[in-house]
Amino acid sequence: MFDQLSDRLQKVMKFLRGEGKVTEKNMAEALKMIRLALLEADVNYKVVKDFEQKIKVKALNQDVLDSLTPAQQVIKIVRDELTEILGGSDKPLTFSSAPPSIFMLVGLQGSGKTTTCGKLAKWALGRGKNPLLVSFDMKRAAAQDQLRMIAGNLKLPFYEMTSSQMAAPEDALSELMKFTRNRGYDLLLVDTAGRLHVDEELMDELRLVKNILNPVEVIYVGDSMTGQDAVKSAQAFAEKIGLTSVILTKLDGDARGGAALSIVSVTGMPIKFVGVGEKFDKLDVFYPDRMASRILGLGDILTLIEKAEQEADQEEAEELARKIRKQEFTLEDFKKQLGHLKKMGSLSGVLSHLPGTGPFKNLDKV
Amino acid sequence: MGIYNLFNMLGNLREKLAKTRLIFKQKFDELLLSGKPRQETLEELAETLILSDVGMAIRQKTKKAESSAGIEAALKEELIRILSRFPSRLSLNAAPGVLMMVGVNGGGKTTSLAKLTHRFQEEGKRVLLVAADTFRAAAQEQLAVWGKRLNAPIIKGQYGADPASVVFDAVQHFKSRQLDYMLVDTAGRIHTNTNLMNELEKIKRVIAREIEGAPQEILLVLDAGIGQNAIIQAREFLKFSGITGIFLTKLDGTAKGGAVISIADELGLPIKLIGTGERETDLLDFSAEQFVDALFA
Ligand SMILES: Nc1nc2c(ncn2[C@@H]2O[C@H](COP(=O)(O)OP(=O)(O)OP(=O)(O)O)[C@@H](O)[C@H]2O)c(=O)[nH]1
Ligand SMILES: [Mg+2]
Repeated sequence: MFDQLSDRLQKVMKFLRGEGKVTEKNMAEALKMIRLALLEADVNYKVVKDFEQKIKVKALNQDVLDSLTPAQQVIKIVRDELTEILGGSDKPLTFSSAPPSIFMLVGLQGSGKTTTCGKLAKWALGRGKNPLLVSFDMKRAAAQDQLRMIAGNLKLPFYEMTSSQMAAPEDALSELMKFTRNRGYDLLLVDTAGRLHVDEELMDELRLVKNILNPVEVIYVGDSMTGQDAVKSAQAFAEKIGLTSVILTKLDGDARGGAALSIVSVTGMPIKFVGVGEKFDKLDVFYPDRMASRILGLGDILTLIEKAEQEADQEEAEELARKIRKQEFTLEDFKKQLGHLKKMGSLSGVLSHLPGTGPFKNLDKV
Repeated sequence: MGIYNLFNMLGNLREKLAKTRLIFKQKFDELLLSGKPRQETLEELAETLILSDVGMAIRQKTKKAESSAGIEAALKEELIRILSRFPSRLSLNAAPGVLMMVGVNGGGKTTSLAKLTHRFQEEGKRVLLVAADTFRAAAQEQLAVWGKRLNAPIIKGQYGADPASVVFDAVQHFKSRQLDYMLVDTAGRIHTNTNLMNELEKIKRVIAREIEGAPQEILLVLDAGIGQNAIIQAREFLKFSGITGIFLTKLDGTAKGGAVISIADELGLPIKLIGTGERETDLLDFSAEQFVDALFA
């Protein structure tokens, strides 16, 4: 499924290898290819440009230039940098020191907030929590029913909230908090109505609710299939509401998920989980390195590693050739070569990798 | 290097690259406002055009274009051409007409179905709603709320039931009551889930078997915010259930929905309808001119 892109990245590698040495000029060409790869993965245009700048500085470093494997080095730099931006480490969601902890889920329409609410409830159950679910979505048809049914499926309590109650949010919310405390729930999961970030009225409403509840986690739920627009909405939610975490949904598809990078870059908020299916256990801890590979289209990193290993073999072979030339070729080296032979086929095959092996062509007849 | 050579050179590259991808607006603004020398602007524009796969015609025009404004006009013209190749009117004229909504989760299928119900009712048609989403929590209730609001009859199913059997029952009801249109809401599904895609194919087969020429319309619902995955989704839904056009939702936000251009271009599918809000009245017919203008607005 990542064929097209892996192809392209492989071309970048081939290109750089073909060029022999990394120069400012061919690096510009390589960076352009990487830029296209990222754009095609839906990473925001501006984010890509900033990113490119960083990569350029690192890639034109002397170590890379001198390296035997400049192409791999460049891809590795890109991947490492992506990984770093995406969060580096996996920090868990925070619970309040004084329960109940309140998690509030916010985001655009259809991003997956309600389903994610159920998933978080299940996850919290597994950690010995005692969650209560409530939905502030008075708008969408049957939104209350949806969360109630989810709670029912998970055999969890659901707090009924009506739109007339929500007309006086202060009272309604203090009622809710009283109920939560009195019943000893230590986690309140709050689902909210999906809204567009440009809808000032609804954003104000959300901010009001947030200020009253003071949740320990305000989680932005974002659709991984989103394109260039991802930055605008995430940024607006971050600025107008204030966020603490991000959960990315629908990663069970084949979207490359560049939106992840965009969202993290503009909000500075870590992605805690990714949704990978409709069932409640389909919530995975987020791994920045895997996401980086996915965005780059390195379907599996193995390809990369394999390549790098091939190159390493070549390095060893070169060392061998040097020894032979200098007559330092020991029995130990010979044994090593025999070992490789089994893995790699004929000796002439191995030798074909060696520079200047002409005089040794007949070695396999020894 | 002359612009002709440039096009030749990039022509090779073009073949290696995939179909249209649009980052038009941002790229173009930057190009047009950059104050770069004309040659440089054209080179970058050429790259953008090629990467967006807007085809030969536009490139011919670009060669002639004298000013930046000329370039933008030519580009708009080409995009409009791509988007107007196939009729965007719904072909549900003759009763009994059947329309299906398909798409990934949360795109806006159910809401869009309600919008169409409202429109058809305004035209004096008698509409039957079918809640064939037997999977998602409260999907049945959601459509039922709309049915009540719009005063439209609805056929529901049990959760966990085979949606094709719900549709089968609905067809019997639809035929016996001699209603005009039957609108089928399906569960959201990710296109990579083969089982669920087969399920969709089965629903369609049941309808086709029971009513000749139906379903006349199968609309793929796409969120305007969608990125480059749009074309992949369209290809897959086309392969399994078949689709007759796109219903583009949530255009009331900041997303422009440019990704659908590649669908029109590569798959020859028209964009038929536009969603601009959450109420039943927030529905517009697609207009290529307005859509393209909005891309550059
Ligand atoms: N702003 C805006 N919101 C929309 C539009 N169309 C749908 N929505 C909202 O998007 C959300 C999801 O819509 P649904 O109709 O439930 O989507 P669906 O595709 O049926 O979702 P599933 O059945 O869960 O896959 C709801 O909150 C809708 O109100 C639109 O054109 N504009
Ligand atoms: Mg639905």
